[in-house]
Amino acid sequence: MNHEQATPTAAYQPVNGRLLEVEDLHVEFHTRDGVARAINGVSFTLDAGETLAILGESGSGKSVTAQAIMGILDMPPAKIPAGAIRYCGQDLLTMPEEQRRKTRGPEISMIFQDALSSLNPVFPVGWQIAEMFRMHRGMNKSDAKEQALRLMQRVQIPAAKERINSYPHQFSGGMRQRIMIAMAIALDPAVLIADEPTTALDVTVQAQIMNLLHDLQEERQMGLILITHDLGVVADVADRIAVMYAGRLVEKADILPIYAHPAHPYTKGLLDSIPRLDQKGQTLRAIAGLPPNLLRIPEGCAFNPRCYLAQDVCHRDLPSLREVAPGRWSACHFAEEVLDV
Amino acid sequence: MSDIILEGKDLKKYYPIKTGVLRRTTGHVKAVDGVSFELRKGETLGIVGESGCGKSTLGRLLMRLEEPTDGHVFFGGEDMAKASTSQMRKLRRDIQIVFQDPYTSLNPRMTVGDIVGEPFEIHSDVIPKGGRRKRVQELLDLVGLNPEHINRYPHQFSGGQRQRIGIARGIALNPKVLICDEPVSALDVSVQAQVVNLLEKLQNELGLAYVFIAHDLSVVRHISDRVGVMYLGKLVELGEEDQVYEHPTHPYTQALLSAVPVPDPTLRGKRDQIVLVGDVPSPANPPSGCRFHTRCWRAQDVCKAEEPILQDRPDGVTQHRSACHFAEPRTVVERSE
Ligand SMILES: Nc1ncnc2c1ncn2[C@@H]1O[C@H](COP(=O)(O)OP(=O)(O)OP(=O)(O)O)[C@@H](O)[C@H]1O
Ligand SMILES: Nc1ncnc2c1ncn2[C@@H]1O[C@H](COP(=O)(O)OP(=O)(O)OP(=O)(O)O)[C@@H](O)[C@H]1O
Ligand SMILES: [Mg+2]
Ligand SMILES: [Mg+2]
Repeated sequence: MNHEQATPTAAYQPVNGRLLEVEDLHVEFHTRDGVARAINGVSFTLDAGETLAILGESGSGKSVTAQAIMGILDMPPAKIPAGAIRYCGQDLLTMPEEQRRKTRGPEISMIFQDALSSLNPVFPVGWQIAEMFRMHRGMNKSDAKEQALRLMQRVQIPAAKERINSYPHQFSGGMRQRIMIAMAIALDPAVLIADEPTTALDVTVQAQIMNLLHDLQEERQMGLILITHDLGVVADVADRIAVMYAGRLVEKADILPIYAHPAHPYTKGLLDSIPRLDQKGQTLRAIAGLPPNLLRIPEGCAFNPRCYLAQDVCHRDLPSLREVAPGRWSACHFAEEVLDV
Repeated sequence: MSDIILEGKDLKKYYPIKTGVLRRTTGHVKAVDGVSFELRKGETLGIVGESGCGKSTLGRLLMRLEEPTDGHVFFGGEDMAKASTSQMRKLRRDIQIVFQDPYTSLNPRMTVGDIVGEPFEIHSDVIPKGGRRKRVQELLDLVGLNPEHINRYPHQFSGGQRQRIGIARGIALNPKVLICDEPVSALDVSVQAQVVNLLEKLQNELGLAYVFIAHDLSVVRHISDRVGVMYLGKLVELGEEDQVYEHPTHPYTQALLSAVPVPDPTLRGKRDQIVLVGDVPSPANPPSGCRFHTRCWRAQDVCKAEEPILQDRPDGVTQHRSACHFAEPRTVVERSE
């Protein structure tokens, strides 16, 4: 097994360990029904060896953020009217196409939400992994296949040697997800984005895969962005959390304080509304109402129709994400009150 | 009178595997393979297990949407297979189902009023035609939907609202038993809690008994009085909720519970997690003896040879059914608060 570190190639050097910097990112979709403002000014950073969890409900913009970083949004209908995505200090949005191609993929790679549909059904999985080495590393066929086999073993595919020529449909959901991980780490990326890597899987398989991701990250000092809506998984693996709502970050903090004392009513609502395995609870404190339609995001704070604290100011003024306590960022006019209770 | 409302006895469902141009049956998927349990009036029985272990198939057997290959379903002590056509009509009113997927289980061309009111068309003697619209509006109100939205179509509702439509339809005929097949799995956490609370409220108000099928063990614990754990078509453990969660005796249950992430970062690395190796075997070709032996760290020769039965295995601490030759309680979930 090669233990080479996932350090960026010579072209890139992280500044003070900082790999990625997303600044004031905006993404909109131009649809027949109007402009859907999917991302409305999102900023965060990622350091080497760090796990950042992006949390939020369906439609809040988690995948679109990831797709913008990976440069795989279809434009049109998508448009990035503002923002920067810097990798080791260089903006991916403005760099020449040729350089961008050499960065996304080898340096920054991604595991997609749906493993089955992102593997090609007509090629053997071993061939698909080997193709990465042929394309990006110019390896010959037999070396590439040898590397593919090693990777399959690394992601714990049982009897990898016998299965290297099998097709995706011959693998279970959990094994397909491991193949996706193998492909995503094949080129030793410095940044790995995992979009709901275990949502479709059972808990026992989920545990295997999260352990695997953790080991790979430690071994290579990878920066990991984990996108999920599972507060349990986040509690197990994340160093920092960013919570999204209607295309904005509403809270950002280190893992421990945010679970102990959330600083935004939405985060608090999420934590209160999940049943816990280690408790036999009473009525769950559900968040009332529904997430907003992006074509008609409410005036002021987008969360105001569902918020128990909402006042006039919340219907009028958009709260900015501000530091409400050391290391704690919240986009709520009443963050201090939320923190206090 | 017994308080058992629904009972399954040694239920089996084998699906033929057909291959070749002649479509000859070359084997069987043993989706459900000898499941026995009882459901009491007004209680919630949770059914958990990994994908493909046979939970939905069991639900369909209980509804008699499918005929069992073998075994019996008793409703109020009566064998459903022996029921006359008119008795069967009555039984169909008493057991209803809510399906997993709020996006595909509702007919997109029917209005909400038609969907929720459809059971009254089928069982036309329940409510006279004139009173149906009013009853449908009452039902919508009961599940927290705006009664004025009776003429809207499913696509005009969110996932959580659609699941409420399915529930309103499920309770329309005042059933005694509601089978809920993953009713909240497709929903966001914030909306999931609304639907779970609704189900609990309806149970209190209407005295419904639930069979609650899900793969989320935390949700099942929250809502269930008793819990059954399935593995490859069989129940491996069955008992009161706190017995199964706090003193599981089957290694599979122990592994399953230990793998559930707890939303508390202070517990990171402190839980003793049992990581299973290998994948779930195929239900077409299940392992001999105990089906879990291929992944079990405690397996001995006897486990390959002899199938353990689901029975009480008293040991001083626990008193619930387990299908393990070496059943022994092990705490994997510490109760907090
Ligand atoms: N191609 C597109 N055209 C129009 N709108 C789009 C497109 N892609 C995404 N959107 C919208 O952008 C918003 C954010 O979507 P995104 O996929 O990022 O959500 P998500 O947070 O990943 O949700 P989930 O948890 O369901 O995966 C959604 O409202 C979605 O409908
Ligand atoms: N009509 C059918 N014909 C053949 N095989 C079937 C049929 N229905 C289900 N099966 C098989 O029976 C097994 C049990 O399926 P079932 O849908 O009951 O599982 P489940 O526990 O509900 O899974 P999930 O959690 O994914 O919903 C699976 O292996 C499935 O492929
Ligand atoms: Mg997504
Ligand atoms: Mg199912």
